[in-house]
Amino acid sequence: MRNCETPAGGGDELLAQYTLNVNGKACGVTKGRVEESLLYVLRERLGMTGTKNACDQGECGSCTVLLDGMAVCSCLVLAASAVGREIVTVEGLTPPDGLNDIQQAFVDHGAVQCGFCTPGLIVAAEVLLRDRPDASTLEIKEAISGNLCRCTGYGRVISAIAGAAEARREAQGGC
Amino acid sequence: MVEVNYSQRRPSTVISIDRIPELKGWRQNGDRIEMGACMTYSEMEDPLFAAYVPSLAQAARTVGSPQIRNAGTLGGNLATASPAGDTLPPLAALNAQITLRSLRGERITTLSNLITGVKSANLGRDEVIVKVSVEAVDGPQEFLKAGTRNAMVISVATVALVLDAARRQVRIALGSVSPVPLRASAAEGWIADQVNWESPSVPDKEAVEHFGELVASAATPITDHRSTSGYRSHAVGVMAKRALARALS
Ligand SMILES: Cc1cc2nc3c(=O)[nH]c(=O)nc-3n(C[C@H](O)[C@H](O)[C@H](O)COP(=O)(O)OP(=O)(O)OC[C@H]3O[C@@H](n4cnc5c(N)ncnc54)[C@H](O)[C@@H]3O)c2cc1C
Ligand code: FES
Ligand code: FES
Repeated sequence: MRNCETPAGGGDELLAQYTLNVNGKACGVTKGRVEESLLYVLRERLGMTGTKNACDQGECGSCTVLLDGMAVCSCLVLAASAVGREIVTVEGLTPPDGLNDIQQAFVDHGAVQCGFCTPGLIVAAEVLLRDRPDASTLEIKEAISGNLCRCTGYGRVISAIAGAAEARREAQGGC
Repeated sequence: MVEVNYSQRRPSTVISIDRIPELKGWRQNGDRIEMGACMTYSEMEDPLFAAYVPSLAQAARTVGSPQIRNAGTLGGNLATASPAGDTLPPLAALNAQITLRSLRGERITTLSNLITGVKSANLGRDEVIVKVSVEAVDGPQEFLKAGTRNAMVISVATVALVLDAARRQVRIALGSVSPVPLRASAAEGWIADQVNWESPSVPDKEAVEHFGELVASAATPITDHRSTSGYRSHAVGVMAKRALARALS
């Protein structure tokens, strides 16, 4: 993994220097242009390419990250305005030696085809199961309504999330 | 931010207002509910808030996706002044007061004075929207939105209805059917006379039908890539009848 150093920015006048808290680590950004989105800074300046860019306009959800625990489109967040806030990306949800339970459920249920939408869906599913461990199918659908997938037709994604939720409930000895 | 990402807008200065505590959340002040300009759609969905301003909570629930609702704010929706801004019809029906502030001082304005045309807000370059205040109305409220699907959809037509029992008023505002949010005043005045205010109800089906017709005729929609003007007028008529029926049920 690359460390959190940023390459030199372009020659624009409005340059900024700031530090972001990404996955618990302090990541310095130097010579960033003020108008850069969090998505751009994560991918292009910090080298964290797990978060995807498919539209840059809030429509597809492939850039979903957690900002102070809330799922947002990182393409719509001004990176410099995320200073002092806790940013968690899909890398931060992934254990060092494999997959987390939701990621494993996506694999087991065949919910990944091209995989471009998957990181965003994993982040969206993570907050759903945190807030609503017993989410209904309708709640799962609403939770991923901002995540476009052009391959799977969603059926397997929904069953993967429902499967992960059920496995968590069983592990906790619930019903 | 979309315009910035696509280099259609290159800001020379950026002022981030999203960490100013005074602009966040909402509070009750006497018989009014005050919302900070940085209140997000997700916060409007909170049942505690929804109990006071249900039409705004319902409108917030229809905006974009969870990700958009976690980040988008009331102040941003007002400043954007889109004809399809979903919080605007509820605010119009609630007679909202909007507080703007600049170094020159503070002024309080109404929605119809703030939003003057398609994506055009009467907002000075040095002014910030700080607060939106509405009365905690005694009576039911409804918001209905027609679009091409249930999630992630810009509205084709919207209706917000507020039944103000104390004033014996039915207030109805329409979105996406004119350059600015529209109050259907003729329909409001007519139906208020028909309602039996002792135990709010409408005497007959014809009255409800006529109410729908009056609302539809108030709309001045255009035909664009999202819908035809005919459908938009029809839709606000149908939604007005439905909103009234729900409010009186
Ligand atoms: C994918 C997507 C889906 C959407 N779906 C919907 C929808 O279904 N319904 C709907 O109504 N809208 C929708 N929108 C539009 C969006 O919700 C609104 O424009 C939103 O409220 C913007 O809020 P913001 O805080 O992000 O504003 P920003 O994007 O930060 O700002 C927008 C503009 O308003 C100005 N501004 C912001 N706050 C203030 C303030 N307090 N005082 C003065 N000026 C201010 C900014 O300077 C800027 O010019 C959608 C947008 C996207 C990207
Ligand atoms: S890249 Fe952000 S929503 Fe598509
Ligand atoms: S798997 Fe290809 S877009 Fe979802």
